[in-house]
Amino acid sequence: MAFINQKKKEVQVKIVYYGPGRGGKTTNLEYIHRKFSERIKAEMVTIKTQGDRTLFFDFLPFNIGKIKGYDIKIQLYTVPGQVKYNATRALVLRGVDGIVFVADAMVVRKDKNISALDNLQENLNMFNTDIYKIPLVMQYNKMDLAKQGIPLLSYNTLEESLNCKFKAPAFKASALKGINVVQTMKKIIHMTLISLQKEFK
Amino acid sequence: MSYSLGQKQLDGIEDILKKELIDVGVQCVFLIDMAGNIIADLHEGEVVHDIYSLAALAAGNFGAVSAMAKIIGEDEFSLLFHKGKKENIHFSKVSQEFLLITIFGNLISLGFLRLKVTEVIDKIKHIL
Ligand SMILES: Nc1nc2c(ncn2[C@@H]2O[C@H](COP(=O)(O)OP(=O)(O)OP(=O)(O)O)[C@@H](O)[C@H]2O)c(=O)[nH]1
Ligand SMILES: [Mg+2]
Repeated sequence: MAFINQKKKEVQVKIVYYGPGRGGKTTNLEYIHRKFSERIKAEMVTIKTQGDRTLFFDFLPFNIGKIKGYDIKIQLYTVPGQVKYNATRALVLRGVDGIVFVADAMVVRKDKNISALDNLQENLNMFNTDIYKIPLVMQYNKMDLAKQGIPLLSYNTLEESLNCKFKAPAFKASALKGINVVQTMKKIIHMTLISLQKEFK
Repeated sequence: MSYSLGQKQLDGIEDILKKELIDVGVQCVFLIDMAGNIIADLHEGEVVHDIYSLAALAAGNFGAVSAMAKIIGEDEFSLLFHKGKKENIHFSKVSQEFLLITIFGNLISLGFLRLKVTEVIDKIKHIL
């Protein structure tokens, strides 16, 4: 739930990267942090296990400047994707304004993607948020692995298994190589701000 | 979904936080919502902490502790306090949606702080 501070003329917006474990959510934020290191002065906050898996969340604040006189402060979060961390995963969704679903394009992860998406819907329901109404962007990640001969799901298969109900904007991406990472982020920010504007009128 | 607070409300809140907490020696106080947004923050002197990260962590921490309380059959834990060598941090629930966080040194006793925080929460509730 975005907060609009009329005194400071500031809007705080919460965007959450969701998806199956090891799908590349943290890698997305790490890339954004590196890419915009001039503008993002803060350290990225991460609560993770020794094996580098997200335990609670990653957090990266990102000021995108002024829109209509208001300072827009975007707060990027990732959830822990591992099934066993559902309690903390759900907590991160509290007050979410926009969601990026990071799917893993590897063939072996097909079912994991689907159950993570079902889990997103369930957890949003707990906060009375409708997955069909909240701004949502799909990211099909790890596309770079094709070059190494690893079997990947095709764009069409991914669309069919994950996005046929939502028809959300979707990107083929590689978080590791930085392909379409910024585009994904720009898209979700744009959609989220439009949806906030509509509501505010 | 979004919500908004106006100049008047925020001035009112900041005024209370300043008079009741900063002026009696609390180093830093901030009011956040459970999503991790910062509603108001006041500091004695200059801002020395990364408050956006603190807010995100505090909201997560509070959520986690509340969830633990539920699992063991408590409504909530009334005292959320971390003691350091020089600085201490205290969390207090204002309402279902808001949380008040104070950072203070050893010159202030926990008892006094809790008293002040309770007063502040009573006053802020009328504004929010
Ligand atoms: N080849 C390739 N590897 C990737 C890509 N994105 C992430 N990885 C790798 O996949 C592994 C997991 O990435 P993370 O970003 O930690 O995944 P996560 O979604 O945050 O995982 P959890 O925190 O467990 O939910 C790491 O070894 C990454 O380097 C990608 O686009 N291509
Ligand atoms: Mg992660």
